[in-house]
Amino acid sequence: MSHDTTHAERAHGGPKIYTLVLVALLILTFITVGASYVKLGSGMANVILALGIATVKGSLVGLFFMHLRYDKPLNALVLLVSLFMLGLFLLSCYTDFETRDPLEPARLKAPVAAPAPAAAHGAH
Amino acid sequence: MADVLAVPLHATHKHDASDNYLTNPRGLKSWLTTVDHKRIGIMYLWAILAAFLIGGVFALLVRIELLTPKTTIMSAETYNKMFSLHGAVMVFLFIIPSIPAALGNFALPLMLGAKDVAFPRLNLLSYYIYVVGAILGITAMVGGGIDTGWTFYTPYSSTTGGAVSLMTFAAFVLGFSSIFTGINFIATIHKLRAPGMTWYQMPLFCWSMYATAVIQVLATPVLGITLLLLIMERTFHIGIFDPKLGGDPVLFQHFFWFYSHPAVYIMIVPGMAIISELIPTFSKKSIFGYKAIGFSSIAIALLGFLVWGHHMFVAGQSQLASTLFSFLTFFVAIPSGVKVFNWLATMYRGSISLETPMLYAISFLLLFSIGGLTGLFLGMMSVDIHLHDTYFVVAHFHYVMMGGTVIAFLGGLHYWWPKMFGRMYNENLGRIACALIFVGFNATFLPQFVLGSRGMPRRYYNYLEQFQPLHQFSTFGSWILGLGLFMVAGNLLASLRKPYDAPRNPWGGRTFEWETQSPPITHNFDFDPVLKHGPYDYRPEKLPPRPGVLSPARPAGGHS
Amino acid sequence: MSESALTAPAPRAPEHSGHDSTLQHHFATHEQQFDASKIGMWLFLGTEILLFGGLFVGYGLMQAAHSEAFVAAHHHLDKRLGFLNTVVLLVSSWTMVMAVHSASKDRRKATVRYLIATLACAAIFLCVKYFEYGHKFHEGLLPGMYYSHKGDAVPNQFIFFSFYFMMTGLHALHILGGMVAMSWVLRKAVRGEFSSTWYTPVDLVGLYWHLVDLIWIYLFPLLYLIS
Repeated sequence: MSHDTTHAERAHGGPKIYTLVLVALLILTFITVGASYVKLGSGMANVILALGIATVKGSLVGLFFMHLRYDKPLNALVLLVSLFMLGLFLLSCYTDFETRDPLEPARLKAPVAAPAPAAAHGAH
Repeated sequence: MADVLAVPLHATHKHDASDNYLTNPRGLKSWLTTVDHKRIGIMYLWAILAAFLIGGVFALLVRIELLTPKTTIMSAETYNKMFSLHGAVMVFLFIIPSIPAALGNFALPLMLGAKDVAFPRLNLLSYYIYVVGAILGITAMVGGGIDTGWTFYTPYSSTTGGAVSLMTFAAFVLGFSSIFTGINFIATIHKLRAPGMTWYQMPLFCWSMYATAVIQVLATPVLGITLLLLIMERTFHIGIFDPKLGGDPVLFQHFFWFYSHPAVYIMIVPGMAIISELIPTFSKKSIFGYKAIGFSSIAIALLGFLVWGHHMFVAGQSQLASTLFSFLTFFVAIPSGVKVFNWLATMYRGSISLETPMLYAISFLLLFSIGGLTGLFLGMMSVDIHLHDTYFVVAHFHYVMMGGTVIAFLGGLHYWWPKMFGRMYNENLGRIACALIFVGFNATFLPQFVLGSRGMPRRYYNYLEQFQPLHQFSTFGSWILGLGLFMVAGNLLASLRKPYDAPRNPWGGRTFEWETQSPPITHNFDFDPVLKHGPYDYRPEKLPPRPGVLSPARPAGGHS
Repeated sequence: MSESALTAPAPRAPEHSGHDSTLQHHFATHEQQFDASKIGMWLFLGTEILLFGGLFVGYGLMQAAHSEAFVAAHHHLDKRLGFLNTVVLLVSSWTMVMAVHSASKDRRKATVRYLIATLACAAIFLCVKYFEYGHKFHEGLLPGMYYSHKGDAVPNQFIFFSFYFMMTGLHALHILGGMVAMSWVLRKAVRGEFSSTWYTPVDLVGLYWHLVDLIWIYLFPLLYLIS
């Protein structure tokens, strides 16, 4: 393979785009922190917002810094399959967790005694 | 067409064989630092066979203990450790690396027409990680052992004594070895196929290895983190799995089986990979339903991730989750069935020759079918509630793991042995050993189905007297099985003392590895492999009159 | 660590005698070798995602089971330090991608400078983490049975700190591993072993570094900003 074609194929981004992405990432970070001080209806809404912004940031990193936008699609596929598996794992565990009969005492509302400090467990 | 090797060429072939990957370069150091996939495969082979021996001895001891309803030869504590170690050694040290890391490492690049795997040094690293993991595991066995079963269920495992932390750490380390093999195989299959070889011209072995590698890469990391969390729970009482600390023991089972159910497919799919090679080669007939078999491997790999909850029907999992998992479990039967029927259709009207590897392949078909179908009983929630944790389960997974994977492994070992070491083993002894294994295996595990369905729980030290006859039958069977395995070892090892006598292509295979010399040279091929025909092209007009390829009618025996 | 093994497709001989010293014998072309290395690295990153993923799932479910304890416990974390570290890591990702870009354009000096800047960012991150950990140790906000913080209104806060230390600890180990790999690449860069034809190690270590950054992007809101 001639050296030029491979080079051309690998050409990606450029300092200008990278800097723009960095600025966007920093702004999004500010927004996340700012939003954490605002109470959005329920706690869930805050979590969803924070994770949503994190996902946008993650996509920027993946697409530009990790070159997925310019790369062979196979690499992106590997990432997507990994994320899909993670999602599947989370979803299945969560489904079970939320629909299960309460387990004792994991789901007890009454306080479970915290383990005593290190000294008390010296025997272990 | 040349029926047997022509004499002058036979002489040339002998001359060639002395320069091969086994002897060039010589010396222990050249082996320990090798990056040659074939040598790494051979080193893996000896390591896993040693593990198989250790695990097998544990199994025989467990069976002897079960000869009588009360104490026979060991205390209850020792018994608990014996079956735990049998499981842990067989799963983590033997079955998972057996076909991919030993036979796959040797055969996969050859079958693709590649000079090596994509990352040779990573391959060597994976071997040494395996060795470190094995040493840690043995240290754990000697220094306290484990009595948790190979599944390490919490909260028992997070509170019991013994070397549980060390054993789980060993399994954690072994996981990385498995991951690196998987990464290597995926990259190799994507990037190092011979010129002209498209995905649909790859041998089916490679498709299945690809599916296996995908599972290894996606599932093993979760096992890694699970075992780390368990170690943390034991040392720091972090409160994730132990209900006394506010944790959730069922969560451990989710974590564990998210890996360990797909891991069942890490074990069985490579077995199917070998069968897909053996059946067309010894039926001298093109594989029936190439794409169906290829894609069923991928389907099994993906479906394997959706069914783990069927291990937890009686563990406190929610009704909804159990129902979903039970429903999904049945889907796995479809691709498995597709494979079995396609193999049978391949054999139909083929000119079948019953050499040792083919006998193993036929045994596989019978035993795996029993193992697979009894799996459906267990996937059915209402039945599983009765059969859960009984000998029925034990018999079921031994039919799949041993009747499936180990039998296929032995078939593959006999198939590639001439290529690996350049020697033919004694064919008749090989057949007798296979028959002994088949008989011994069924004698050992068929009674266990009956025991389980009558309510004999697994892992129990004492049992009711009414179960004794079946237990004794099973133990006698295990001796026949052990005898058969020792015969295999003796037969194969004895062949190593002979001079090189294996032709390039003793079985008339059509894949690349049979076109190079036996054993191959260090860089695999003395020619540039370019694909000229499909992997299972047995049309008579396509078979070249090349010495070493035997006629489809009657492959010459007489190698004894 | 493992990542340095993955980036192994490097020449054995340190001398850089043109095209072929960087092409391993079993590859036909540079492109094939580069693509293979890249897919290998991505697969490794996939395993990293699932490794951390296990912790994320555990965190999510334990958070659901002990939400009051988790919310109470996270107030012990300093948002400002977490924010500072996020900025540091984002900047380091930028310097890393600039290093890769410079290497691909044969700019050796710039490559070296950007790599050093990235290493410096990593060091700052670990310093900040060191002070954060020191503070937690001082207060007795430790995982599991070592938790000794007094006067908690909500029980079970030790579970949060178990996860806090496991997640940030594993992440910090990855930062350390990244620094080792980066130093190795830096040495090669100083020696002028890279060229626009072959700069695979810079690219692969870069990918790894961005993943470490990406994981932190999720860790930061989950640990520091839950409410």
